[in-house]
Amino acid sequence: MSTQHIDVAAGCLPTHQLLNVDGKRIPDEELDHYLKDLKEADLADFLRDMVVLRRMDNEATALQRQGQLGLWAPLLGQEAAQIGSVRATNDDDFIFPSYREHGVAWARGVKAEDLLSVWRGAQASGWDPNEVNIACQQIVIGSQALHAAGYGMGIKFDGGKQVSVAYFGDGATSQGDVNEAMVFAASYQAPVLFFCQNNQWAISEPVALQSRTQIADRAHGFGLKTWRVDGNDILAVYAATKAALNHARHGLGPAFIEAVTYRMGSHTTADDPTRYRKSEQLEEWKAKDPIDRLVKYLHEMGADVQSYEQRAQNAADDLAAKLREAITSMEDPKAEELFTNVYAEKHEPTERAAKNYLDYLADFEGGE
Amino acid sequence: MATTMLKALNKSLHDALDQDEKVILLGEDIGTLGGVFRVTDGLKSKFGEHRVVDTPLAESGIVGSAIGLAYRGYRPVVEIQFDGFTYPAFDQLVSQLAKLHYRSRGRVKMPVTVRIPYGGGIGSPEHHSESPEAYFAHTAGLRVFAPSSVEDAYSMLRQAIACDDPVIFFEPKRRYHEKTTAELLPPAPDASPKAKIVRPGEDVTVVGYGPTTYTLVDAAKAAEDEGTSLEVIDLRTLDPLDIDTVAESVKRTGKLVVVHEASRTSGIGAEICAEITERCFDYLEHAPLRVTGFDIPYPPSRLESHHLPDLDRVMHAVDTVMRHHEATEGAAK
Repeated sequence: MSTQHIDVAAGCLPTHQLLNVDGKRIPDEELDHYLKDLKEADLADFLRDMVVLRRMDNEATALQRQGQLGLWAPLLGQEAAQIGSVRATNDDDFIFPSYREHGVAWARGVKAEDLLSVWRGAQASGWDPNEVNIACQQIVIGSQALHAAGYGMGIKFDGGKQVSVAYFGDGATSQGDVNEAMVFAASYQAPVLFFCQNNQWAISEPVALQSRTQIADRAHGFGLKTWRVDGNDILAVYAATKAALNHARHGLGPAFIEAVTYRMGSHTTADDPTRYRKSEQLEEWKAKDPIDRLVKYLHEMGADVQSYEQRAQNAADDLAAKLREAITSMEDPKAEELFTNVYAEKHEPTERAAKNYLDYLADFEGGE
Repeated sequence: MATTMLKALNKSLHDALDQDEKVILLGEDIGTLGGVFRVTDGLKSKFGEHRVVDTPLAESGIVGSAIGLAYRGYRPVVEIQFDGFTYPAFDQLVSQLAKLHYRSRGRVKMPVTVRIPYGGGIGSPEHHSESPEAYFAHTAGLRVFAPSSVEDAYSMLRQAIACDDPVIFFEPKRRYHEKTTAELLPPAPDASPKAKIVRPGEDVTVVGYGPTTYTLVDAAKAAEDEGTSLEVIDLRTLDPLDIDTVAESVKRTGKLVVVHEASRTSGIGAEICAEITERCFDYLEHAPLRVTGFDIPYPPSRLESHHLPDLDRVMHAVDTVMRHHEATEGAAK
């Protein structure tokens, strides 16, 4: 099929698409049920979320170019995969993200400047995991999948009704930890959703280097209830995530979603994708843009698209202005923070090291 | 009635499970079998399969899922079956468990205890006799406990489980059958384990932990017969490292010998010798010496008696620092 540009074997599982690239609604016997509560206003909110998110992403890239951030990992092109999935979760479903799930955190209420402060290097993490039910962003590829499995085991053991959700990419599916996480979640029939954004590229390595079969088929082999969806189709992502969460929440065991999408930007601002992929591929995927597709669908529905777009644009402008102001006026942390929170309980060697260094700094200040 | 270290550890886990419903045990073969050493014997039948959890055979999975359970509010105690099987979990231990409190800016606590039976002398094949403690003592964010006595095995495991920081808990497996008749007492609230002078002395400070503490006590008895008085210090924790207790002793004796089974280079002994040289330079009458495993992969078991510091090698080091001392004393006269 056209969404695959390289030789990954055709899979056993179908790829659900509820909106085609022209914004036409395609009936889906299995998933349509999960859209029945979505109103036009919800679709307008999806549009706003994706427009604001894309703006935040662009602003972050610009701020990195201007030296305000140390690095940024753009999510350009993955807006539907992130917004569609997170909007399907309950607020108390606990999420374990990788470093690219900015949209997931933002949609849960994390402020853009708190997100970016980490990429600025101003602090080690930007939110309280217990307030927004999202773990700290994870940079080691795939490690968070095991945390999600363990959290899900805990839900199972204490009889909770939440689902634990792990986000990761196609590259992470090669990691032992992701495979171990699927084994653990399956063994204990834990309520875990593994959400894989197959964005086709792990820095410079195409997905075929990670998997010779469709990723979804591998998950299926672990005994996980699995869906493969067009990740640039927010309705398919939303509906499949609802279905998967429903499955896990009702004690039927872990689930897996492969959302087939495309990283339209670089891996990070330190990366140059022109070294390893052709511009034709990017053009091909631009035609499948998740935001354009939803706009086309809203037109199809006869909605007042212009007012929705204007509202989204205003929200994006507002976020961008506040974000820029917050980041450029952000103060560097104090040296004391070096030694804070290394341990939760009293730890004399750390206290001694802190005192020695701060006294040393104070000597300089006193000498000036 | 005498209690073995195995029984003491079992009782410690039992009491922790009994007193805090958030305590959960994870590991390979720890449930139905009761662990390959039987440390968890009987706990699954008493507390159930959701408190004492047999896991798939994946060490990274065990530690990683324990981290997820800690996010959920549990207080996991995991067993790594043998020291040499710790390394598949290295990322989860070093990059995740150790750093999550710091990464989350103190918002997420990781009260996870990782029990590792370690050390040699039991005639086992490769990967069953290693001493990997230095990796973890080197990693900020982890605490490293290495009890030697049966009483400490009980009380320090209770402390490790109660601690809001992750603790790597090294159990000296060749001493699992040591016995005590003393009552096993829970630790005093808020007490954290410090190095302990297990046998006072005047001439040489000898420092060890875990399995070697027993060797040092034997050495002190042997030295006494030769008229040399050794002060034996059991470190008990490798992080935090209680240098104050060692330094106070060395200031009195002027001589230091550090002993461990782990390899020499960049080991715990190197750290202690460096710290003591910095703090006690003017008190030292001889360079601090180390008696350790060699810088080799752990050898086949028919060679391990050469590798493990024994009474003779400890006494040789003690003789070296004492001879020098006697020679300089003699020269002064």
